[in-house]
Amino acid sequence: MTISPHAFTFVRELVRAESAIVLETGKEYLVESRLVPLARAAGHPSVDAYVADLSTRRTPAALKQVVEALTTNETSWFRDSDPFTALRQSVFPALAKTRPNRTLRVWAAACSSGQEPYSIVMTALDTPELAGWRVELLATDLSEEMLDRARTGEYSQLEVNRGLPATTMVRHFERAGLNWRINRSIRERVEFRQLNLTRPFPPMGRFDVVFLRNVLIYFDLPTKRDVLKRVRQVMAPDGHLFLGAAEMTMGVDDAWERVPAGRSSVYRIREDLKMEGSSCVL
Amino acid sequence: MRALIVDDSRAMRRIVGRILEDVGYDVVEAADGQQAIERLEEMDEPLQLACVDWNMPVMDGLTFITEVRKRPEWRAITLMMVTTESEQDRIVRALAAGAHEYLIKPFTGEAMLEKLDLLGLLPTSTGS
Repeated sequence: MTISPHAFTFVRELVRAESAIVLETGKEYLVESRLVPLARAAGHPSVDAYVADLSTRRTPAALKQVVEALTTNETSWFRDSDPFTALRQSVFPALAKTRPNRTLRVWAAACSSGQEPYSIVMTALDTPELAGWRVELLATDLSEEMLDRARTGEYSQLEVNRGLPATTMVRHFERAGLNWRINRSIRERVEFRQLNLTRPFPPMGRFDVVFLRNVLIYFDLPTKRDVLKRVRQVMAPDGHLFLGAAEMTMGVDDAWERVPAGRSSVYRIREDLKMEGSSCVL
Repeated sequence: MRALIVDDSRAMRRIVGRILEDVGYDVVEAADGQQAIERLEEMDEPLQLACVDWNMPVMDGLTFITEVRKRPEWRAITLMMVTTESEQDRIVRALAAGAHEYLIKPFTGEAMLEKLDLLGLLPTSTGS
């Protein structure tokens, strides 16, 4: 799934002409990942096909969409605040009742530049039921470049403006020149590792909570099904899965059930498919 | 939903005003803290949100926030500082004075809407 040099050049020229942003060679992954949802929405099997169509028709609205997809690149903290509220108000407190070893394991499966896993750690710190608990965060992403950024825990002014409550900013961040750096105590709680979701997962143990948000949209149906099945296999039987607001398991992998959690929803492995001591099902 | 924008830059008032109007706010403007207090005093409908610049002539944003917090009848107003001041101690001072949120200029429209979402002040009809 890589974009052709020809398509990349077209997109690069378009973005440069419209926004003065230069997408250097090496940004193919970024272009591909940003354009996959647009390609799918327009009914094209690949980004290349989408770009080919785009370059022939040059519809202004479609061109604008592409430029926007590539230029609004800051990920938010507490992106769509509802899942984090659900985590603090219902998911973490529920799990806290059933874990005598006072340890929780969370996997942020497509962590991008790190805002999501760090937001999860900050949410855990704000959950009274988890005071004194050990919360282990594994954060993975396909891109080593993103992981390197995430590990530094350093964000620009524009990035910290995005969805980060001011109280959290003064509590958990410090200035680093023109940037802001998340405190070491939070950085140290997150382990970053490269992982391709479409390949078999390496041994990583069981997770109580998995964040797999806004990543399934990039995959075709068989891949979505396969990823969800393998996620089940690394989930605790009473684990909670968070998907993006526009994603669902229905019709993809029916072993999950959607459970309301505050203004958000989480997915749990269906009661009738759980086996004692194991989440491996059918 | 009604919002007051307090900023001595007309351009900034227009930018913030447009973002808020797009999600359904009625917008009232003031060019400094003193004028903002006068607007509040003459207002007969409740105000949900005030976006306040820090550095302004006559009365600055921090003083305005402090004044608003002294008045029980204005307790329901959510105050957001919107400023170029980006030092950590400034943020702490604004929060201590009674600001609920702090948005650093320059910002994108999305960033402002995310702050409103955090404050529970994003009209739900538009989504988030």
